[in-house]
Amino acid sequence: MQAGSAMNEGSDILLRQLGAQFPRLSTSAFRGQTRIVVPRDELLELLRPLKERFGFDMLVDLTCVDYLHHRDATDRFGLVYLLVQTESGRRLTVRVYVNEPDLSVPSVVSLWEGANWLEREVWDMFGIRFPGHPDLRRILLPEQFTAHPLRKDYPLQGRGERHNFPVLTRSQA
Amino acid sequence: MAVDLPDNVLISNLDALANWCRKNSLWPMPFATACCGIELMATGASRHDLARFGAEVFRFSPRQCDLMIVAGRVVMKMLPVLQRIWQQMHEPKWCISMGACASTGGVFDTYCVVQGIDRFVPVDMYVPGCPPRPEQLIQGILDLQEMIQRQGTVAGEEFAARDRQQPKRALRELPILGQSPELRRAR
Repeated sequence: MQAGSAMNEGSDILLRQLGAQFPRLSTSAFRGQTRIVVPRDELLELLRPLKERFGFDMLVDLTCVDYLHHRDATDRFGLVYLLVQTESGRRLTVRVYVNEPDLSVPSVVSLWEGANWLEREVWDMFGIRFPGHPDLRRILLPEQFTAHPLRKDYPLQGRGERHNFPVLTRSQA
Repeated sequence: MAVDLPDNVLISNLDALANWCRKNSLWPMPFATACCGIELMATGASRHDLARFGAEVFRFSPRQCDLMIVAGRVVMKMLPVLQRIWQQMHEPKWCISMGACASTGGVFDTYCVVQGIDRFVPVDMYVPGCPPRPEQLIQGILDLQEMIQRQGTVAGEEFAARDRQQPKRALRELPILGQSPELRRAR
């Protein structure tokens, strides 16, 4: 319990420092978990000091949420960056919202090498581009695939991709 | 026309002899993609002992196999690989679709899972179950052996007969709920 409150105190100091440097941040905390929402053009400026000055040296996950038809949602896509300070175990969630038509977020591969495949997955499933990524190709779906299937406007059963193959018969094989 | 044969000589026709050899030396190609593959391994292992039926020699090269056992779901990215492996196998060859996913897509009615491999490759025997017990797979292999004995010919006429068959009703794509125009009109 005490360790938890010490951690909360630490994150309060962190948030105060960040708030002074980036006035456009909005922060919130829930049950000891801290969340920062950052505008897209300040993302790299925020993440670089988080890694280099504040010691968030590990990117646990980078994923995306599609808020189409979501109650009270104002933005279409929300990216989630889950960071960890490996020294203290403190966690931090950084969120960025993007909207059509400009679906691009600067790549963080230059900061965390592990973001490489995570960003490829987000591109594959949601169609969000990451300028600065060294090799932004599809990672799970075949390269001929044209859609981004985790978007909410993509039908669950697909648009016919699963039965678009030649049929082999006995005499052909 | 009576022919005097010694007691230790049997006569048969060549088809029956060839089919008897074929059915008792099936070499499976394990195309195991999911949990059915675990049951397939159990079937080959000592407790269930597929060797009793001459089918224990699992080979991972399609060129040495004549029975493809598709065990598990096949996704659209894997299907070209499956078809290529099927084409690389030598005739005579057979295919068992093991489990609900390989036969129908199972519970995975999504954009990427093929809804039954029989849409794209010929299947001789279906084994139901999720996953099937090894006994069920062995029963499938026994039934396939019976079919090979009954249908196979040296001239390969059974393949032409199977080509003439009409496509099965289940091969038609079902309308997608909320997406297909017929359903929307009915509503």
